[in-house]
Amino acid sequence: MGKATFQIWRGDATNGRFEEYTTDVGDGMVVLDAVHLIQAEQAPDLAVRWNCKAGKCGSCSAEVNGKPRLMCMTRLDDLDLTRPVRIEPMKAFPLVRDLVTDVSWNYAAKKKIKPFKPRKPDAADGTWRMLQEDIDRPQEFRKCIECFLCQNVCHVLREHEKFDEFIGPRLFVYSAALEMHPLDVENRLSDLKKQDGIGYCNITKCCTVVCPEHITITDNAIIPLKERVVDAFYDPIARLFRFARSE
Amino acid sequence: MAKSSVALKPRGLGKTSRTDAWWATPLATFIVLSTFLVYATWAAFQNADYWYGNYLSPFYSPEVLGQSPHRLFGPKPEWWPGWLPFSPALLILPFPALFRFTCYYYRGAYYKAFWADPPACAVSEPRKGYTGEHGFPLIMQNIHRYFLYAAIIFILFLLHDAWKGFWFAEEGIGGYSPKGLHPFPDVPVRFGIGVGSLILLTNVVLLGLYTFSCHSFRHLVGGRRKLLSAKPMSLRCYTCVSGLNKKHMLFAWCSLFSVMIADLYVRLCAAGVIRDFRFF
Ligand code: SF4
Ligand code: SF4
Ligand code: FES
Ligand code: FES
Repeated sequence: MGKATFQIWRGDATNGRFEEYTTDVGDGMVVLDAVHLIQAEQAPDLAVRWNCKAGKCGSCSAEVNGKPRLMCMTRLDDLDLTRPVRIEPMKAFPLVRDLVTDVSWNYAAKKKIKPFKPRKPDAADGTWRMLQEDIDRPQEFRKCIECFLCQNVCHVLREHEKFDEFIGPRLFVYSAALEMHPLDVENRLSDLKKQDGIGYCNITKCCTVVCPEHITITDNAIIPLKERVVDAFYDPIARLFRFARSE
Repeated sequence: MAKSSVALKPRGLGKTSRTDAWWATPLATFIVLSTFLVYATWAAFQNADYWYGNYLSPFYSPEVLGQSPHRLFGPKPEWWPGWLPFSPALLILPFPALFRFTCYYYRGAYYKAFWADPPACAVSEPRKGYTGEHGFPLIMQNIHRYFLYAAIIFILFLLHDAWKGFWFAEEGIGGYSPKGLHPFPDVPVRFGIGVGSLILLTNVVLLGLYTFSCHSFRHLVGGRRKLLSAKPMSLRCYTCVSGLNKKHMLFAWCSLFSVMIADLYVRLCAAGVIRDFRFF
């Protein structure tokens, strides 16, 4: 057992400060354990959202020493405890209080995406047949726990606040899961280009780096979507081919 | 309980709560890419020392017009305007240069290192306005696949160069004069291996890995399909390219170094600074 100091943001976005708490830490503890200990012993009014403590609900997203992380999956032995550990709420979203942010924009933005539209059933009983190799790609994207850490780190939202023009990496993952689904027949390419603003992504891969589910967001979801948008809107030869085929 | 009043969302270049060396990677990218740009520009303008017997510098290949026996068509044309600098490299380098410039990996890397957009993940930026690749000029990045097509053709030429790198003229260096694309010259040659042969071969392998791990290539061979299983050949290619694609960043850097080293090696041999070591 030892002691460690934590600087935790207290207050809302307009009126707040970092407060320092020193508490006991032990083997196997994660940041969320320390926050809970501080809450129990020193700051009963500290607001923190969490649910599973297993990295599966996506509730405990925050920034630890400036890096977007799940608090429940950030082990203290991976941090330098000789210095105070700074714990802040996600910076891209409106702050409710302390470590809790309002992430409802993400749900509203998701509603703009055209939903799953399956082809006609393959069998008379109204069921479909799929092959594993066709569903591999969407399966990676289905691991998403909607922690919104990728949305938080993406500079298009975090820094440039393009909330009205850009849906962010999480929702590109969602769009890619639909676009690459073997049964889906909807076309979302025009939306991706215009309303979803995929062109704003400049492939810095920050979203991929922070994803706790290790989804290869940029390489497997965003770039393939960008390539599809190129097929549909920017590639003259692909357009010519489509035109010739439709004749 | 100590208190500090720090704004939660500080803005401005380099503002961050990150405590690690977030600047190290963009700085390394800046230094390596700048070095490459300076070296490649200098080498391209030289128009000399770019071949040594059967070795041809990759910056000068394919040599469409030029003075070496490796050239495809002829010497610098008579009508070439005097004010316009001539070098076989300047005729062709725009293609590989734009291939790299529009590469998805390099884009992300140089937006950080050269434009601080963002300087690093979760680090604040100097500018507020932003259009990304949504508006002009960066919307032009969308034609990356056309430079890929050119790059694939270049790989064929570089393969041929690597092949030539193993055939040495009998009467010593300099007697080599290949006819067109044929690997065998009209002077007697024999198979051999020099350090240069291995450098040229490694270079084309690394450039090939870089080119064929390209995201646009991955899309082209199969990624664009909704039903991969419908085309088994396409699925196989897609799986293979996806495997390479995971290492695209590594290949991007290795091939950048190899192409620079290959040019430097040929250049130093041609200028007589070093002697090519022949294993046999
Ligand atoms: S890769 Fe694109 S979506 Fe992901 S963080 Fe960077 S700009 Fe945002
Ligand atoms: S993609 Fe990853 S980082 Fe983004 S919300 Fe889903 S799990 Fe979180
Ligand atoms: S508490 Fe559920 S992910 Fe951390
Ligand atoms: S993505 Fe890097 S070369 Fe195409």
